[in-house]
Amino acid sequence: MEQVKTVVEMRGITKRFPGIVANDNINLVVKKGEIHALLGENGAGKSTLMNILFGLYQPEEGEILINEKVVQITNPNVANDLGIGMVHQHFMLVEPFTVTENIILGNEPKKGMKIDIESAAKEVAELSKRYKLMVDPMAKIEDISVGMQQRVEILKTLYRGADILIFDEPTAVLTPQEIHELIEILKNLVKEGKTIILITHKLKEIMAVCDKVTIIRRGRVIDSVTVADTNPDDLAAKMVGREVNFKVDKTLATPKEAILSVDKVTALGNRGVNALNQISFDVRAGEILGIAGVDGNGQSELIEALTGLRKVQEGKILLNGKEITNHTPRVISESGLSHIPEDRHKRGLVLDFSMSENMVLETYFYPEFNKGGFLNYDAIDKHAAKLIEEFDVRTPSIHTPARALSGGNQQKAIIAREVNKDPDLLIAAQPTRGLDVGAIEFIHRRLIEQRDKGKAVLLLSLELDEIMNVSDRIAVIYEGQIVGIVDPKQTTEQELGLMMSGGKTIQGGGNG
Amino acid sequence: MNSKIRNIFLADSTLVPLAAILLGLITGAIFMLAGGFDPIKAYGSLLDKVFGTSYGFGETIRQITPLIFTGLSVAFAFRTGLFNIGAEGQFIMGMLASAYVGISFDLPFIIHAPLAIIIGALAGGLWGAIAGYLKAARGVNEVITTIMLNWTALYFANFILNAFLVPQGKQNSEPVKESAIITIGWLSDMFDNARLHWGTLLALIAAVVFYILLWKTKTGFELRAVGLNPHASEYAGMNVNKNVMNAMFIGGLFAGIGGACETLGVFHYMSIMSAMPGYGMDGIAVALIGGNTPIGVVLGAILFGILSFGASGMKFGAGVPVELIRVVIASVIFFVAAHGIVRYFIKPLLARQKEES
Amino acid sequence: MKKVFSVLSVAALSLSLVLTGCGSKAPEQGQGGQANAGGGQAAAPTAKIGMVTDVGGVNDNSFNQSAWEGLQKLQKDTGLPEDNVKYLQSTGDADYIPNLTQFVKDGWDLTWGIGFLMGDHVKKVAEENPDAKLAIIDSVVEAPNVASVLFKENEGAFLVGVVAGSMTKTNKIGFVGGIDIPVIKRFEAGFTAGVKAVKPDAQVMIVYTGAFDKPDLGKSTASQMYGSGADIVFHAAGSTGDGVFNEAKDRKSKGENVWVIGVDKDQSLTFGKEITLTSMMKRVDEAVERVSKDVMEGKWDSIKGKTINLGLAENGVGLPETSKDTVPEDVLKVVEDYKQKIIKGEIKVPEEPTK
Repeated sequence: MEQVKTVVEMRGITKRFPGIVANDNINLVVKKGEIHALLGENGAGKSTLMNILFGLYQPEEGEILINEKVVQITNPNVANDLGIGMVHQHFMLVEPFTVTENIILGNEPKKGMKIDIESAAKEVAELSKRYKLMVDPMAKIEDISVGMQQRVEILKTLYRGADILIFDEPTAVLTPQEIHELIEILKNLVKEGKTIILITHKLKEIMAVCDKVTIIRRGRVIDSVTVADTNPDDLAAKMVGREVNFKVDKTLATPKEAILSVDKVTALGNRGVNALNQISFDVRAGEILGIAGVDGNGQSELIEALTGLRKVQEGKILLNGKEITNHTPRVISESGLSHIPEDRHKRGLVLDFSMSENMVLETYFYPEFNKGGFLNYDAIDKHAAKLIEEFDVRTPSIHTPARALSGGNQQKAIIAREVNKDPDLLIAAQPTRGLDVGAIEFIHRRLIEQRDKGKAVLLLSLELDEIMNVSDRIAVIYEGQIVGIVDPKQTTEQELGLMMSGGKTIQGGGNG
Repeated sequence: MNSKIRNIFLADSTLVPLAAILLGLITGAIFMLAGGFDPIKAYGSLLDKVFGTSYGFGETIRQITPLIFTGLSVAFAFRTGLFNIGAEGQFIMGMLASAYVGISFDLPFIIHAPLAIIIGALAGGLWGAIAGYLKAARGVNEVITTIMLNWTALYFANFILNAFLVPQGKQNSEPVKESAIITIGWLSDMFDNARLHWGTLLALIAAVVFYILLWKTKTGFELRAVGLNPHASEYAGMNVNKNVMNAMFIGGLFAGIGGACETLGVFHYMSIMSAMPGYGMDGIAVALIGGNTPIGVVLGAILFGILSFGASGMKFGAGVPVELIRVVIASVIFFVAAHGIVRYFIKPLLARQKEES
Repeated sequence: MKKVFSVLSVAALSLSLVLTGCGSKAPEQGQGGQANAGGGQAAAPTAKIGMVTDVGGVNDNSFNQSAWEGLQKLQKDTGLPEDNVKYLQSTGDADYIPNLTQFVKDGWDLTWGIGFLMGDHVKKVAEENPDAKLAIIDSVVEAPNVASVLFKENEGAFLVGVVAGSMTKTNKIGFVGGIDIPVIKRFEAGFTAGVKAVKPDAQVMIVYTGAFDKPDLGKSTASQMYGSGADIVFHAAGSTGDGVFNEAKDRKSKGENVWVIGVDKDQSLTFGKEITLTSMMKRVDEAVERVSKDVMEGKWDSIKGKTINLGLAENGVGLPETSKDTVPEDVLKVVEDYKQKIIKGEIKVPEEPTK
């Protein structure tokens, strides 16, 4: 039993980036047929290590052994030839192409001068049957769900003959149901003789599927343990470097008057059909209202309608009793609304701006930063330095471009900026998506802190745990309507799940 | 001091364009050898044409000046995420408007010349803003509209010239009034009658304004934000459409001033054009070589000006056809655009630099 | 800030190097130039003669090319070193003055500006360099050190008009002009007069395309003319005229009996005898050769500041030899008669179209 072959061995890997040592003398041993987790906070160096294994980066020191032979992985093609495949967090698919076309891209079977699509489709169908990865080979990528797209990515690596599959945060973009299915897929892959390396910071998943786990913190290996011999608390402590509190500590809410009133609002989605359907609810001062729902039921459109980024067709939105329906984003922002956007790269930050500039993205025109059209960069820098210190954003300097920061630190910076505006209403959309436990804890604490200061907080999340833990009231959204508002202490995941799928409506729930 | 200079020239962003220029010159030399010409003699006579006489040097500065303006125009729009192919048309509109003011008005120099330049600038700016408006209001790709507006400007200018400014049976308009001329007489005399004018100074000032506007002002903050991430800018409450128009307007201003200075400083008249002057198109290459930074644009314009003015020197001194110098210029652009290839060539150099640091 | 400073200091350093370089070299050259100019008059075989083309370039199938051929012939005939005749091509308006100045500053014995477009520029360079010798084709420059060469295009055009008038079957004839400028007007006037002289009832269609460099425009204009019944089209439109030839070729291959009358050079050599009826040759080559020779032989003083008009009598315009293959002998005879009458002054060809 102990004589299982070692398929991947990385010895003394060191990789430096300007101002930071991403990997510091890292050792990693992965045996054949195991699911090996790489656990660590954002920015710990997990992805860097795997990018080295996949040939995207070259290490400054150290060596890599595949099947006990020293290899030089100079680019991803070499990795492919060695049987290493990678499923990236952000999928690399051509949207208007079909599943089959995407899978064979760059590796097309030819019949004369023509691409032999039929035999390719047959092969794809066979692969997906063998590994229980059900997809329609002829469906277009833009028409299938995120979970399906991930399967296409997995099939892509299998089609190229990968035996070692690297998954980079595979569950970050999936719904609970899809996560469940992915776990089954991973088990199947191992059964078929594949070896899997899983980059993650979600302890639940590790406990559910992994055999071994290597914990990385700040570029160094802290420990490598067998999952059966450990527990979530221990792993979390090793990952963060201190004890972590999973329970969100909070007192009972003392809600007061309504800050935000949404009254029968209807808005079109991107495809021209109603994404919001006469939706109504209130958020009161001193409470956190959580909005639960399956992705694509109008959450994004709701936030955009509230923040002035999407046109409202019918209905009224009141902030502090004043109408803000279809006002510009700036007017709404200045009326006392702050917004942590769901996609921090698309909306939240100008990635090529310095941290300092990003911290005044919505306030650069205030008299304290702007005199007669000229910006006072001293004041801006001071402002940024203060916020970065206060919110513990880890950045080499305030002049570092936002792009260079880890996801968690980017999110902290956005929260610092939004909270600093001292809003009456804070909208937090998926504020912890893709973040590690340390950052999640920090962000939840900040949201509750705002509530305790008497602010209204609207939390949208696809993670039921988060909604259940943080909210004072939970509104369930389904097909652009609130189908019920419940008390988190008096409900169960099952009940919420039923409501989220349209199976149950609580009448008159709007009053909470 | 010495090591600092060295650092500047060894920085990646400096090294790559320099290597690209060198590779371009070598490629040109290969073509010349293939055509039976002596490349060393050719490049020698190019330099001789440019630096050999004070007249040639002065005329090179004359050649460089409009390229700075159009380079800034393209670079400015690019910083805002827009691809301004229309510097050519904006340049022509600047020429036309300043010619009109210069010919038709009679004012003291202190008012007349600045007025002609300002009107020329506005004409270029508004011409750019048309493309900006179409992009903002109708979502029409600015590449397409600016290309079309170039032709519109060319024929519109020819029409106006024919109808109002050019006497019957002539190719050139009436000369602009003495009071609108911005040629610097004493400097021209110093450079043996080379056509030197205040526009060169304006071009350098424009490069400084470019920098201050983009990196020191509120407007510049918005323009850069919109260029780098329109979604985040919208989220942050900036008016994306307004900024697109602003960017095209300001870009057009630069090109418009360039056109005005060409009319008022170099020609003192405007002629009916059978083809575009070409400064706008070269401006794209200048912006590219200069990495869309103001200093880079000035340096890129200098390079371009030297190559294109020195081209006739190559013909004169070494018999190399003018077409070949375009091959050299094209090669330089090619190598600048294809960083990857250049990096491959200078890899050993970069590696050594890393070791030293 | 420091970075900027060091860049500037480097720039300043190189600039000062350059400036001192100029300063020491410029006077030397000036002296050399003068010495050369003086020597040029005395010893003819060492003369240096340059020409500057307009934007059409040296391969324009028209007057630029013709001028260059003249200089090349001169070089061969007089045994000048090959490097002693040179041309510089202009890519835009801005190039004219530097190109002319290049020759002048380098002390060349004569510098040609080819074409009407260069008039103002030749004048400016002449004024700035009173010791230089310049000459220009197709334009009159009022300066003591410039020789201006004009052609009596109307006389030559009259003769091709006679050919067209004698040979048309449809009684409809076309004239395609480039830009509406005096030179081209002389073509129109002479041509129309020539046609009317032999066939008073013939109709001449006149179109100005507004460009010398738009073959597509020439083609569509010619298409209209042939389409409305013309069987002979005369063009005086530079490379716009290439389009006229293309259209004629297309129609000829479909069996239509159409002709083109070329301009400036013997265009049957370029476009073929099947469509080129004849050409109104403007002997720019002869003119360039003649005036250049005068300078070499020390006769500059007799032509400087003057305007030289070249007509039929001076052999400055006329029909090419090759026309005898396409034009019947009796027509050529008529042409010859008219030529003699014009030379003798019995017929005065108008310079401007009668309205």
